Amino acid sequence: MILSRIPQLVVYGCVSGSIITLGAIGLSLTSGILKFANFAHGDVMATGAFLALFFLFVLQKIGLPSTPLHPLSFGLPLIFAFVLSMLTTGGIAVAIDRVVYKRLRTTGSITLLIASVGVAFVLRNTLQFIWGPDPRYYIKKIQKSIKVPFLGIRIKPDEIFIIIIALFLVILLHLFLTRTRTGKAMRATSDNIDLAQVSGIDTENIVKWTWVIGSALAAAGGVLAGIENKFITPSLGWDMLLPIFAAVILGGIGNPYGAMVGGMIIGLSAELSTLFISTSYKPAVAFIIMIVMLLIKPKGILGEE
Amino acid sequence: MEDDLNPLLKVEKIKAGYGETEILHSVSCEVKEGEIVTIIGPNGAGKSTLMKAILGLLKPTQGRIIFNGKDITGKNPNQIVREGICYVPQSDNIFPSLTVEENLEMGAFIRKDDYKNKIEEIYEIFPDLKERRKTKAKKLSGGQRQMVAIGRALMLDPLLLLLDEPSAGLSPKLVQVIFEKIEKINEKGVSILMVEQNARKALSISHRGYVLVMGKNRFEGSGDAILNNEEIGKLYLGE
Amino acid sequence: MDFIVGILNYAVFFAITAGIFAILCLGLNIQWGYTGLFNIGIAGFYAIGAYTSALLSGPPPGPMDWRVVGGFQLPWPVGFLGAALVSGFIAFLIAIPTLKLKEDYLAIATIGIAEVIRLVLKNESWLTNSVWGIKHIPAPLSSLIERSISLFLKKNPDLPFWLQKLFSNAYNFFYLGLVIFILIILYLVSEKMIRSPWGRVLRGIREDELATATAGKNVFWFKMQAFVIGAMLMGMAGSLYAHYARFIDASSFEPFFGTFLIWVMLIVGGSGNNLGAILGAFIIWGIWAGTEFFTSQLGLTGYRAASLRIIFVGVILEIILILRPRGILGEEKIVSLILKQNKKGG
Repeated sequence: MILSRIPQLVVYGCVSGSIITLGAIGLSLTSGILKFANFAHGDVMATGAFLALFFLFVLQKIGLPSTPLHPLSFGLPLIFAFVLSMLTTGGIAVAIDRVVYKRLRTTGSITLLIASVGVAFVLRNTLQFIWGPDPRYYIKKIQKSIKVPFLGIRIKPDEIFIIIIALFLVILLHLFLTRTRTGKAMRATSDNIDLAQVSGIDTENIVKWTWVIGSALAAAGGVLAGIENKFITPSLGWDMLLPIFAAVILGGIGNPYGAMVGGMIIGLSAELSTLFISTSYKPAVAFIIMIVMLLIKPKGILGEE
Repeated sequence: MEDDLNPLLKVEKIKAGYGETEILHSVSCEVKEGEIVTIIGPNGAGKSTLMKAILGLLKPTQGRIIFNGKDITGKNPNQIVREGICYVPQSDNIFPSLTVEENLEMGAFIRKDDYKNKIEEIYEIFPDLKERRKTKAKKLSGGQRQMVAIGRALMLDPLLLLLDEPSAGLSPKLVQVIFEKIEKINEKGVSILMVEQNARKALSISHRGYVLVMGKNRFEGSGDAILNNEEIGKLYLGE
Repeated sequence: MDFIVGILNYAVFFAITAGIFAILCLGLNIQWGYTGLFNIGIAGFYAIGAYTSALLSGPPPGPMDWRVVGGFQLPWPVGFLGAALVSGFIAFLIAIPTLKLKEDYLAIATIGIAEVIRLVLKNESWLTNSVWGIKHIPAPLSSLIERSISLFLKKNPDLPFWLQKLFSNAYNFFYLGLVIFILIILYLVSEKMIRSPWGRVLRGIREDELATATAGKNVFWFKMQAFVIGAMLMGMAGSLYAHYARFIDASSFEPFFGTFLIWVMLIVGGSGNNLGAILGAFIIWGIWAGTEFFTSQLGLTGYRAASLRIIFVGVILEIILILRPRGILGEEKIVSLILKQNKKGG
């Protein structure tokens, strides 16, 4: 009886895992290069989600046709808003680095951590100041899930979109990291920032790129979360922080591929855990996995050296 | 191009250290074009600190460093690398998660031209690396890693190569190999300044050497002169 | 005269809350300021203390409550001590797996812990009555004092109005005295502990854990003590809050008030300094109160005012971190001779 629920839970797990992965990759990249735990990353995801809301509003206002692209529940405006949000969020992250983190680079990881908590509260409350604490919607209509034959599961077209987009972005990132000069320089800087400098790499520029890419991915995760949950609130970021950290630790800080694996594992575990424990304790599952990981193998499953 | 009168690198009476602690108390040395110069001395003498000061990882509080006619004192590593000095640190000198070839590519990061030929050149010097070009550097043995480290530094066709204890942690056979490679690199026209614990071997291939003790110059001479000096031999050359 | 009484009454309210925060800061100072243990889960211990005290000293579950336990209506000191002990005990259990972790990882772990505690408090309604909370928590000696006051007022009906108003708030004056009394005792005890050899070991752990361990000290055990004692203080603060507010539910301990604000207080006041902890609490609470005045002048209310005020506090934190990280009374960080190299940013 219980076993029959597993395939459906796997579907949910893949969807939430995709979202967690996008957040985790960004966190892993920035934490790896800058050597501190960035507690504002969840709220960067929320910022992305709300920026998309803003751009959606603007695009609809200037008359972009918002007929849904069948079978998705949304149309072109959200797609454009999605991309615009990613770019803008990347820019905002660079600005935050310039204003706050850069001045604190030499002071140690704990000071940066505390600073990032401050940034988290400022971001979240800025969102709340502008949009209020109540749920906001991209699309109002509820989408019906379709039944997939043979596998006995139901999935919504939007959810398929989420998984595909996440996969697409991940592949894009992989190509960037392995085929482009800047991408390789990013991996090099993450490995050994001193050696990178000594090789002539402009590590400050690399740091900027890391913020842009990491935060753009976070924004993507935020928007997809909004599509999945149907609504967004300013607190969605802080709520996601624990699963994202768990995914990063699982995969090894600084290892974006590990973060991908970690994200999926966390997503799937959280969903599958509902077979045994109440759904209200789902967030605790990520935490338990993370603690176990920290105690047994702190470098992560795919941990470095 | 330097004439014989002006050395390629001239370090003039520099003082440098970490924070409040001064390690180098007015140290001088020079490297003429085409030379291999070795710096030896007991632990804590400041040999590595000297390298870092030349490279710009530390800023001297006094003194000057002149390279290729330019005053490079206090410049950033970024800029100094572009002047023609490349550096191989003693440890943490590769990018572990990158492949051998990617490590070399990173060495050539600031080159604007096509550096494929340069990579092939490196493989000529270190044939062991060629067959492992797609292997991640962290999977290599100690000796192979050292070769990657040196190879990466050569990618920019440096005028001067700084080597910090190139033989550290290597087996005697590999030590021999590494020093042969260093000579080969020098023959191609790269001047070399190295710091070494393995003093005898290093001095035997060096044109000149300096003995540094407690942050001060103690002796200077040709490689042979230092090797044959009994006093130094007893105190500092050991094995 | 009325005006002055109004101010006085507000000042009492202000001082009671600031005093409770000061106790939280003292607790955090022991954990972080002295020992270097990064705890973002303050709200958890604060809440545990409050609920324990409420369950021990509070009223039994009412007919409409989901809650089924507690309400032993024991005298307040029992609740207060119980809060300290339970908080300390839970801290002990948590510390066993987590104290070995490095700073950043401990921070992440404590967020998780706070989250788990929050979930438990929210979901286990048999214990906590969930979002409906625990009501009518009695305040210590309140009936005695209030009866005496009303008797006094009845006997003297001709007192000027402002004096009557003052007396009717007399209970809070008493409570303020209680809070300050406890604060002073905890401060003195803290100072004593810190200046003792035990305190020196804690500081040694914060500055250079490896060296302290090499010197033969059981670092883990010392960290554990600091963590538990700090948590006990936080539990005590929770008890004081519960019996003052007389109503608690899960939302009374959310991350901003329960954790973030306290961090800002300690950092501004100067971490590593008990007086700084107290000073920081009063200053930041004062600034917080000030922002309320400011936003009401701007005509903002509700969540907009709250958000703006929180943003303001966040900005203050960043400014302090950048310009004066040691806070007002904090000590200059001891720079070790073997520095890591400065990284040049290019």
